[in-house]
Amino acid sequence: MKERARERRKTIQGLLFISPWLIGFLIFTLYPITASLYYSFCDFRVLTPPRWIGWGNFQALLTDRDYFLPSLYNTLFMLGELPVALVLGVGMALLLNQRLPGIGLFRTLYYVPSVMPTVAVAVLWMWILNPEYGLVNAALRPVLAPLGLQAPGWLADPAWSKPAFMLMDLWAVGGSVVIYLAGLQGISPHLYEAAELDGAGAWQKTRHVTLPQLSPVIFYNLIIGVIATFQYFTQTFIMTNGGPQNSTLFYSLHLFHNAFRDFRMGQACAMAWILFLITLGATVALFRSSARWVYYEGERGG
Amino acid sequence: MRIGSRILQRRAGLAAALAALVLLGALFIAPFAFMVSTSLKPEDRIFSETVEWIPRSPVWANYAAALEAFPFLLYLRNTLLVCGLTVVGTLLSSSLPAYGFSRLRWRGRDPLFFVMLATLMLPVQVTMLPQFLMFRNLGWTGTFLPLVVPPFFGNAFAIFLLRQFFLSIPQELSDAARLDGCSEARILWQIVAPLSRPALVTVGLFAFIGAWTDFLNPLVYLTDESTYTLALGLQTFIGRHSSEWHLLMAAATVVTLPLMVVFFLAQKTFIQGISLGGVKG
Repeated sequence: MKERARERRKTIQGLLFISPWLIGFLIFTLYPITASLYYSFCDFRVLTPPRWIGWGNFQALLTDRDYFLPSLYNTLFMLGELPVALVLGVGMALLLNQRLPGIGLFRTLYYVPSVMPTVAVAVLWMWILNPEYGLVNAALRPVLAPLGLQAPGWLADPAWSKPAFMLMDLWAVGGSVVIYLAGLQGISPHLYEAAELDGAGAWQKTRHVTLPQLSPVIFYNLIIGVIATFQYFTQTFIMTNGGPQNSTLFYSLHLFHNAFRDFRMGQACAMAWILFLITLGATVALFRSSARWVYYEGERGG
Repeated sequence: MRIGSRILQRRAGLAAALAALVLLGALFIAPFAFMVSTSLKPEDRIFSETVEWIPRSPVWANYAAALEAFPFLLYLRNTLLVCGLTVVGTLLSSSLPAYGFSRLRWRGRDPLFFVMLATLMLPVQVTMLPQFLMFRNLGWTGTFLPLVVPPFFGNAFAIFLLRQFFLSIPQELSDAARLDGCSEARILWQIVAPLSRPALVTVGLFAFIGAWTDFLNPLVYLTDESTYTLALGLQTFIGRHSSEWHLLMAAATVVTLPLMVVFFLAQKTFIQGISLGGVKG
């Protein structure tokens, strides 16, 4: 009996400690999730009360060849930057993990673009990508001109607008580099010593010690990358607002237009749920594949 | 002989690494340099097809003009208000749950922790729209409340980071304090929190950077120009001065600078906090 009372007291104490989060969860997460799920099956234009229409929003979206489907394709296209960011990020982390003079300075230098305010990044890159006077084309022109090629129009050209955004995102790859770096510094030096005793060279050590040990972090960054790509918003909103010819109308931008420009809350909620299912599906698929390439401590064999 | 060639090989490797670092570093710093150099040029020298890195006669007046063209001090005050409340709220409301999830044993703890982790997977878009309608019905749109109240109700990522850190503190310290009749709240305040400084600084810095750079929430909730934050103010500025790149770059530099200063001041503790609090697999 006494034991039980103690258990109960402990549970109440635990709940009290987590209560800030628990209350926030109920008000700012659980209620909105439920409401959003309900709205996604409704015709809801803010000013009039929601009206149940079943799968109507989802049907309308999946047959929308003008906006929804292009926004989905555009976003899927942007996933192409993830492998590039991965190779660049791991490579930079390997470089920054060396004991070299002034390494702290380089670490900060690479990291800083990823903490710069997004709006400032956007305006800076609008200027850098300016076809006539921007930095990128100023660097490209001397290379392209002798070949008789024109420098790209970047944000002004539907064929080049997505690569333009990719270039800008790669500049902020430092955000993932710090995480790779933290992972690298967690690798036990004993593993390298053992590998050296076996006569492994630099490449073999990277291939058979570093990369397997780093694979959980790579996995984590990939998942974060997929989620971030689908939530990509501020940059397109400021720099192109979806143009030219909807070539940079990305998923979250279209969702925002739906909700706050056209006040189609029901359809926007349906889009949010499709977004959730896509990221969930991608995460599950990555987890499934992870058994084959992600190494976890304590596993046998590896 | 073999050892000699090994050392040589190692030296060559380091030299190559250093060269790669310098080259990449130059690529990474070029956009910044271009921003600052444009911000110091007279209007008629901006539009040139060759890059002039160091302006012959820097025009500092561009900064004065940029700051006059939009109410910088007002927006800075708004931003600092939002950032300050966000940092205080996040630290208070995340350290308590992190303590409850790590240093206390009670029934239902682990399932609830799992629920919290699951919310990290949830895209903001799913909760954003009903939240907007909720705040609108409360009459909170146009005020700072939708930006600063939610941070006082726990941030799942911050709680996760702090919990990982709290777990690494020896349990014996708490046990000894409990024997002395210390309450759990006092143990958190006097023992666990002081030992977790790097994690708390990291969480605070993340909250600060997040609030400083946030664009979506101010865009949705701040309707009155006098309540704009710097991020939102800068966007309006872009719309009004779309081809005056010298002013735009000056404004972008000014909005970026305070964040850089904060980052430089805290970076050591910050990197420590990330690697210790462990985004380790």
